[in-house]
Amino acid sequence: MVEHLLEVRDLSVEFHTAAGTVNAVRNVSWHLDRGETLAILGESGSGKSVSASAIMNLIDMPPGKITSGTILLDGRDMLKMTAEERRLINGAKIAMIFQDPLAHLNPVYTVGWQVTEMMTTHGQTGEGAHARALELLRRVGITDPEKAMRKYPFQFSGGQRQRLMIAMAIACKPDILIADEPTTALDVTVQAQVLELLQELQQETGMGMLLITHDLGVVAEIADRVVVMNSGCIVETGNAAEVYRNPQDPYTKKLIAAAPGKGAMPEESSRLGDPLLRGVGLKKSYGAFQALKGVDFFIMPGETVAVVGESGSGKSTLARAIVRLDDPQEGQVLYRGKDLLAMTPKEMFGLRRDLQMVFQDPTQSLNPRMTVYQLISEAWVIHPDILPKAKWRNRVSELLVKVGLKPDMAERYPHQFSGGQRQRIAIARALAMEPKLIICDEAVSALDVSIQAQVIALLEGLRREFGLSYLFIAHDLPVVRDFADRVIVMKAGEIVEEGPVRQIFEAPVHPYTQALLAASLDPDPDVQAARRAARRTQEGLVFA
Amino acid sequence: MTDTQILAEKKPTGPFSRWLAMLWADKIAFLAAVFLLVILLCALFGPLLLEAIATKQNLRGRNAPPFDIARGWLYVLGADALGRPLLARVVVAAQNTILVAAAAVLASSIVGTVLGLVAGYSRSAAAQWIMRLGDVIMSFPSLLLAVIVLYMLEPSVANIVLVLAITRIPIYLRTTRAEVLEVRERMFVQAAKVMGASHWRIVFCHILPVIFPTLVTIATLDFAFVMLAESSLSFLGIGIQAPEITWGLMVAQGRPYLTNAWWLSFWPGLAIILTTLSLNLLSNWLRIALDPTQRWRLEMGGRKNG
Repeated sequence: MVEHLLEVRDLSVEFHTAAGTVNAVRNVSWHLDRGETLAILGESGSGKSVSASAIMNLIDMPPGKITSGTILLDGRDMLKMTAEERRLINGAKIAMIFQDPLAHLNPVYTVGWQVTEMMTTHGQTGEGAHARALELLRRVGITDPEKAMRKYPFQFSGGQRQRLMIAMAIACKPDILIADEPTTALDVTVQAQVLELLQELQQETGMGMLLITHDLGVVAEIADRVVVMNSGCIVETGNAAEVYRNPQDPYTKKLIAAAPGKGAMPEESSRLGDPLLRGVGLKKSYGAFQALKGVDFFIMPGETVAVVGESGSGKSTLARAIVRLDDPQEGQVLYRGKDLLAMTPKEMFGLRRDLQMVFQDPTQSLNPRMTVYQLISEAWVIHPDILPKAKWRNRVSELLVKVGLKPDMAERYPHQFSGGQRQRIAIARALAMEPKLIICDEAVSALDVSIQAQVIALLEGLRREFGLSYLFIAHDLPVVRDFADRVIVMKAGEIVEEGPVRQIFEAPVHPYTQALLAASLDPDPDVQAARRAARRTQEGLVFA
Repeated sequence: MTDTQILAEKKPTGPFSRWLAMLWADKIAFLAAVFLLVILLCALFGPLLLEAIATKQNLRGRNAPPFDIARGWLYVLGADALGRPLLARVVVAAQNTILVAAAAVLASSIVGTVLGLVAGYSRSAAAQWIMRLGDVIMSFPSLLLAVIVLYMLEPSVANIVLVLAITRIPIYLRTTRAEVLEVRERMFVQAAKVMGASHWRIVFCHILPVIFPTLVTIATLDFAFVMLAESSLSFLGIGIQAPEITWGLMVAQGRPYLTNAWWLSFWPGLAIILTTLSLNLLSNWLRIALDPTQRWRLEMGGRKNG
C-alpha cells in the first residue's frame, strides 16, 4: 500500500455537551500527499475543522473525545505519541494558519519577535532566526521588512496580517500546511492575492496543503482534490474539477446549485416617477478618515439597489447614515422629498416605520433575552398605531409563516434557532413595521451558501408581495447578481460606478469594478483555471 | 433541534409553578431558599415571640455551654455572658441584621444602578460628574466616613443604613457603567434604535435585563460585606446600640470570651456565613434561571453540566 504524507483513517470524534453527545465527525478518512492541495469543503457544523484540530492536538479533551481512528504522519500514528513529540511536530512539520489573523497574533509583541520565536522554539539560534524572518517577510510580500519587524500586529491590514501568519507558518519549512478558512475574513481582491501566494509557496517547497473552506470558489481556485463533508460524514471525495462537473451525492449537488451568481439576471426595467429615497452629497469623516466623500444615490419604489464594496469603502457608513444611526456631516437624505437629516427626533419617529434595517449577524441583532413573540411585537409596542394589541398574536403567527417559520415557534428564544432561521426572524421583525424600504447590511454574508440562497429567495418573494424596495449592501458581487436591479460600486468613500446589474457584470467600465469581478472566485474550477492562465500571460507580458 | 422542541412543548403551567420547578431542579439552591425563608420568618416574627426571653438576664447561667438542654430547649446553643439564651438572641437579632443589610444593599444598588445607567448611556457632561462623584466616594475610606458621619449624627438604624448605602454606591455605579458601555454598542440595541425605540425603552428593556444578573451577584456578595461593616461600626460603639442586637454586634460582644466560651461568637457568625452563602447560591441559580440560553439546565431537571 502506498505511503501517504499524512493519512487520517476512520477518525471519529465526539463532544460531550450539555445537550448530549455530539458526533462531530464519524469515520472520516482522507489522505494528503506531497505537493498536493486537498480541500475539505463543508458548511458550518459539518465537522470540516475537527479533523484538522485533531491533527494539531487542538481538541479540548474533555469535552471532546477521539473515539476511533488513526492519524498517520509518515507512517507513524500521531495519536499514540507523547505530548512532547506532538509539540515538536506542530509548527516544525505541520503548520497551521487561521481565519482571523488578528486573533492569532499576540497584540503585545512585535511581528518580528513572533516570527523569530516560531523558529527559536524549534531550535534555531537567535541570529539565524532573525535573518530568516527578514527573508520570510520579504517572501510573503511585506514591503520594507526591516521596518515591519518592529511593528505590532494592529499596524497591518487584514491581508498583510494573513501574510504574516503565512510567514510564521512556513518559517520551519513544514511538510504540511493546514489553512483553516484562510481568506474568509478578507476582501475579494486580497483573497485572490493570498491564495496566489499560497500556491506559489507550495510550488517552491513542495509541501502538502490542507485547505478547510466553505467556499466553492476557493476550492476551484486552488484545490487538486476535494473532500465534501456534511454533518460529520464525508459525502463525496475526488478530483476538484470532477466533483464540480459531475457531483454524485445529493448534498454536493445542492451545494453547487446554491452557489450564487449563476441565475438569470433581472431584466432592465425603467422606473419612472419620483425616487423613494435620494442621497445628495453625503459626507462623513471620523477624524482625519473620510468614510464618505460626497455620495449621491437614489432608490425608486419597488427597486433593489445593491451597494458593493470592500471593507473601508463606506458602504455600511452609508446605511447607518440613512437610518440616522450615525449622522453624516454634510448632505441630505431625501425620503419622498423630505430631508431626514433635518428632522427632529419626533418627526423622524414617524418615518422609522418606513425605513427598516436587517443586520449582518442575526445572533447579535436579536436580543437574546426576548422571545420571538416579544422581538416581533416590539415594533407595535413602539408604534402602537400599527396594530391593536388584540391582533398581535395572530399577526406574529402570520409573519412567521411568511418568512418560512412555524407559528408555534413564537415562544422560543433566538438561541434555539439556526443562523438562517434567526435571520428570518430578523426579517419578520423588519416586516412587522410594514416598511417601504429595507436596508440589508450584509444580511446574508454570515450565512452558509445554501441558506444564503434561501434567504435571498425569501427577500425576493417579499419584494413582489409587498412592493418593497431594498438597499442591499454586500462585499461580494456574485451574491447581488441574481437579485439586484441596479448596482452601485463603492471604493474609499466614493461611488466609482453605478448602473443596471447587467451592465455592471457584462461591461464594467471602471477598473476597480473590473478588478472586483476578476477577483471574485467562480465555483467552476475550469473557469478559474482559464482566469489564472489569463492572469499569467498578462503578467508575462508585463515582464517582457 | 429535537431537544429544544421537546422543551418547548412541555406543559404550559403558570409562571409561579414553573419557577418553583426550576428551583427544585437545583437542590442546593432550593435548600438555600428554604434557609433564607426561615431567616426571613425569624426576622419578621422573632422579636414578637422571643424579645422578652432574649433580654432576660440569668446570671446563674452565665456562659452556659451549648448542647445542654437541662435549662430548657432555648439554651441548646448555650448562653451569653449575662446568661441570656443564644438561640433566642440569634433569632431576635435577625430582624435588625437583615433590616440594616437589606435596606443598605437595596438602596445602594438601586441608586448605583440608576446612576450607572445614566453615566453609561448618556453622552452628556452629567455622565462625567457622576463618575467623579463615584471616585470621590471611593477615595474616602468607607469606615472612616461612617465613623465621622455617625459621630455627628445620631447612631440610629436609619443613619447606619444611609452611611453604608452611600459607601457602597460606587461598586454598582462602576460595574453598571462599564457593562452599559459595552451593551450599548451591541447590534440589538442598534436594531431597537432603528425601530424608533425611546431611550427609556432601550435602557430598561434592552440594556438593563442583560446586566441585571451581574448586579444581583454583586448585591449578594455585598450583603455579607454590609453585615460585617455594620458589626464593625457596632463594635466601635457607633452602630446599633445595646440592648438592640445584631449578629455582628453579638460576634463583637463574644470576642473577649473566645478562649473559654467560643459559642458566644460562633453561632451569630455561623448565621452570617450561612445567610451569605445561601444568598450567593440563590443568586447563582437566579442568574441561570434568568438567562434563556442557560435555562434549559434547570428545565432539564437538575442535571448540572458545569
